[in-house]
Amino acid sequence: MAGILVYALTNEGAINKNSLGAVSQAAKLAGELGTEAHAVVVGNVDDAVAGSLGEYGAAKVFRAKDAPEGVSTPAVDVLAKLFADNDYDYAIFGGGLLGFEIGAGLAARIGAGITAEVTGVKVEGGKLVAQRPILGDSLISESNYKGKGVLIGRTNAFEATQSGSAASVEDITVDLSPQAGKVRLVKRGEQRGADINIEDANVLVAGGRGLGAAEGFQLAEDLAAAFGGGAAVGATRAVVDAGWFPYAGQIGQTGKTVAPKLYVAAGISGAIQHKVGMQGSENIIAINKDANAPIFEFSDLGIVGDVQKVMPALTEAVKAKKGS
Amino acid sequence: MKIAVLVKEVPDAAVEKRIDASGRLDRSGEKNLNPYDTHAIEAAVQLKEGGTIPVEEIVAITAGPAGAERALHKAVSLGADRSVLLSDDAVAGSDVIATGYALAKLLERESPDLVLLGQQSDDGENYTIGAVVGEFLGYPSLTQVVKLDIAGETITAERQAEYGYDTVEIDLPAVISVGDAINEPRYPSLKAIMGAKKKPLEKITIADAGIEADKVGAAGSKIECGNFTEPPKKSGGTIIEDEDTSATVEQIVAWLDERKLI
Ligand SMILES: Cc1cc2nc3c(=O)[nH]c(=O)nc-3n(C[C@H](O)[C@H](O)[C@H](O)COP(=O)(O)OP(=O)(O)OC[C@H]3O[C@@H](n4cnc5c(N)ncnc54)[C@H](O)[C@@H]3O)c2cc1C
Ligand SMILES: Nc1ncnc2c1ncn2[C@@H]1O[C@H](COP(=O)(O)O)[C@@H](O)[C@H]1O
Repeated sequence: MAGILVYALTNEGAINKNSLGAVSQAAKLAGELGTEAHAVVVGNVDDAVAGSLGEYGAAKVFRAKDAPEGVSTPAVDVLAKLFADNDYDYAIFGGGLLGFEIGAGLAARIGAGITAEVTGVKVEGGKLVAQRPILGDSLISESNYKGKGVLIGRTNAFEATQSGSAASVEDITVDLSPQAGKVRLVKRGEQRGADINIEDANVLVAGGRGLGAAEGFQLAEDLAAAFGGGAAVGATRAVVDAGWFPYAGQIGQTGKTVAPKLYVAAGISGAIQHKVGMQGSENIIAINKDANAPIFEFSDLGIVGDVQKVMPALTEAVKAKKGS
Repeated sequence: MKIAVLVKEVPDAAVEKRIDASGRLDRSGEKNLNPYDTHAIEAAVQLKEGGTIPVEEIVAITAGPAGAERALHKAVSLGADRSVLLSDDAVAGSDVIATGYALAKLLERESPDLVLLGQQSDDGENYTIGAVVGEFLGYPSLTQVVKLDIAGETITAERQAEYGYDTVEIDLPAVISVGDAINEPRYPSLKAIMGAKKKPLEKITIADAGIEADKVGAAGSKIECGNFTEPPKKSGGTIIEDEDTSATVEQIVAWLDERKLI
């Protein structure tokens, strides 16, 4: 059967939101193609959890209980076997880090074409055409597949919609490849730094490498404090990786997705992986000393200036306004 | 141990990237070594200098047009010992899979113990070449690594995935793409820049590498890209150049006030 297979990423028994989006997207496309979308989970995922993928449109769910979840190669083995057994035409991934790795490995293994960062998919002449932004999001390019295709969605590009009911779950066993044993997950999902809440904030002051050092985050804390209750501080991956700010406060592809009323980006370049986590914010102010920084392309108010000068003055001005 | 670093020449960050009439990236402007790849070279050099394991050689490898020699010179000035350039018209227009296949063939000639790459190419933005190369070589692979320790035949790597930081063990030989937070690449010394052109640079064709012509180039690719369109632009925001900071913040506060955000 030609159809679409979706890899559903799981962690601690829960399915990733972007994977649910990929299942919904695949189900919609399968409908247009006159075929079915199936999903696969790797690891010992609960019956009810695996079956719930049916609610998002999967006609059938496979589960490879014995394959380890969290690294790519075992999942590539599982998906490659399902492709061999069921002759799918396409695989769709919700993105994220593992989606990129598994999708790329699968495409190489089965000789499929691959498109990363997919933001839209359409059906043309009975085939899928993937759309993705290129060159710093300045153009949209369309990928036409000569044969089988792997589509890796951009974070938050596919919306999860509940349509159907629970699907049946079929357990499969897969002989893992020699390289699968050569990658071993030692620790998964370690949270570094304090547990902070940024998702409920209505004002978010986010800091990037432009704050200069961990101490620079005081500027962001002060501005957030000036806005008062409901304001919080967030960060980019660059500064979380550098240990300047807790992981729980990271916004973007491998962090949180936020949509506050006001987002202040301080010393943030506006990389795509950051943008996907905050572009839904109602109002975006960016402060950056580089007039060419990509962040200015999607901010409502852009300040070309030094955070060290602008932030303290802005904090005082906000305090004064609040006090008046 | 032998380390191969995959590097790419890309349009300089300051150049506005465009698609040319043939539907490919316009590569006519100023070019540079992909900045993300300098982190991969630095990681290799730090392993060599670190001394926990002896590193005999660091080889920089690229598939690209003849001009990509400059990127290899830069890679050598940053610490690679020699370099290999696959430059063959047959490879032009390759997609991710065709590029990964060609690079895997180049790597087979070298049989390195460790292959390092950048997290992304500035022009391709695919994040996928590492996993593709690993698959073709039958090596385990890992992307986005920001910490890397080697003991014997095993690397312990850390990276941020979708639920936090993961620690992963991976056996050599392996393919690892490094995140840009892994290190702060050094600037090459004047002596290293001058010396780079004297280090061996091997130019090869697809025949030399045993690359099958029908698996590379536009014809050997699995996708065709086209129909380029401009995305809907978010209506341009207001820009304030901060010259007089008190005036700037006054404007910001007025803007916030207007939108009832304060
Ligand atoms: C798979 C993957 C997942 C990722 N996930 C995420 C994610 O979840 N979240 C995320 O944020 N990133 C993520 N990234 C990383 C992302 O690509 C960028 O590297 C990161 O967002 C850059 O952070 P930054 O803006 O703080 O740093 P930079 O890009 O270094 O930008 C710093 C900015 O500060 C400006 N600046 C410097 N000094 C000053 C000053 N004194 N005053 C004003 N401005 C100044 C500079 O002009 C520059 O624009 C991911 C990348 C990959 C490949
Ligand atoms: N043509 C090429 N030659 C050598 N290395 C490449 C080439 N294309 C990509 N790479 C490597 O693959 C990494 C990821 O690129 P990409 O998957 O295109 O984002 C880059 O940082 C390079 O290290």
